[in-house]
Amino acid sequence: MTLGQQIITIAICVVGTMATRFLPFLIFSGKRPTPKYVQYLGNALPAAIFGMLVIYCLKNISFTMAGSWAPQLIAIVVVVGLHLWKRNMLISVAAGTICYMLLVQFVF
Amino acid sequence: MQKEKDKKKIVKAFKAAFPKTFPILAGFGFLGITYGIFMRVSGFSFVYPMLMSLLIFGGSLEFVAVSMLLSKFAPLQTLLMVLMIQARHLFYGISMLEKYKGTGWKKFYLIFGMCDESFSINYSADVPEGVDAGWFMFFVTALDQFYWVASATIGGLLGSLITFNTEGLDFTMTALFVVIFLEQWMKDKQHMTAYIGLGMSVICLIIFGADSFLVPTMACIVVGLTLLRKPIEKRGEWQ
Repeated sequence: MTLGQQIITIAICVVGTMATRFLPFLIFSGKRPTPKYVQYLGNALPAAIFGMLVIYCLKNISFTMAGSWAPQLIAIVVVVGLHLWKRNMLISVAAGTICYMLLVQFVF
Repeated sequence: MQKEKDKKKIVKAFKAAFPKTFPILAGFGFLGITYGIFMRVSGFSFVYPMLMSLLIFGGSLEFVAVSMLLSKFAPLQTLLMVLMIQARHLFYGISMLEKYKGTGWKKFYLIFGMCDESFSINYSADVPEGVDAGWFMFFVTALDQFYWVASATIGGLLGSLITFNTEGLDFTMTALFVVIFLEQWMKDKQHMTAYIGLGMSVICLIIFGADSFLVPTMACIVVGLTLLRKPIEKRGEWQ
C-alpha cells in the first residue's frame, strides 16, 4: 500500500465508525418525537447488549482443556460474588482481574 | 460570579467521573500498549497507533485495521468490514438518545467518543445528586479516550521494553462488563432482555464462530425483543 492508500483506508475506518455512532442521533433528532418502538428498544436493548458484550469477551473460550475455560469461569464467579456482597465496582473488577492473572500465570 | 460557579460545576463533575474510569484505565492501559506494540512490530511508526486511536477510538476495529493496512488496497471491502464490526454502535446510540439530550456542544464529542466502555459507564452510572450529567459523561468519555490514545502511543514508542508479566490483565474488560451486566440486572424489573442478549450471543457464537457472530447476534436480539415486546414492556414497567 502507498501512503495515500493507507490514509484512505484509515479514513474509511473513521468515517464508517462515525456513521454507526452518529446515525441514530441524526435520524431521531429532537425535532420530531422518537417513535414508540425506538423508545422501547432504547429501554430494552442495554441489558441485552451488556449480555452480548460479556459473551464477546469470552468468545475465545474452548472446552478442550481446563486452562482455556476454568480461569475465566472461576474469576467471573469471584467478580459476581464480590459484587453482590460489596457492590463496589472497583473492588469487583480489581479482585477478579488479579484472581484471573494468578490463575493463568501460576495454576493453569 | 457565573464563571466561578461554572468552574465549580466542572470540577465537581470531573471528581465524580474520574473514579468511575479506573477500571478502564487498567484495561485500556494494557490493551492500548498491546495495540501500540502490535502496530510497531507490524512495521508502523508510533504516529499510526496515536492517530488511529485518536480518530477511530474503537479497539477491535483498530486491531483489525492492522491487517487491512498490510494487505492489498480494497476500499469497498474495508468499508463493509468496518460497518460490520462497528454496527453495535447503532444500539448504543438508540439507548443514549435520551441521556445525551440537552448536553449542548458536548453532545458531538459524546457521540464521537461512544465506544463500548464509555457507553457502558455512561449508560449505567448513577450520576450523583447535584453533579451535572453532561459534564460527567463528557469527562468519562474524554478520560477513556485519553487513556486509550496515551497507551497506544506509549506502546508504539516503547515497543517491547515492558518486562512485567501482564498475562491475563486483559480480563479487566471482561470483569467490567460482568459488573455492568449485573448492575443492569439489579435495576431491571424483568430479565427477559438479559436472557435474550446472553442466549442469542451464545447460540450465534456456536453457529457462526468467534469471528463473525456479532452481526447475526444483533439481528437475533432485535427480532427477539420485537416479538416479545408486549410481555417485556408489561413487566419492565417503562410505560
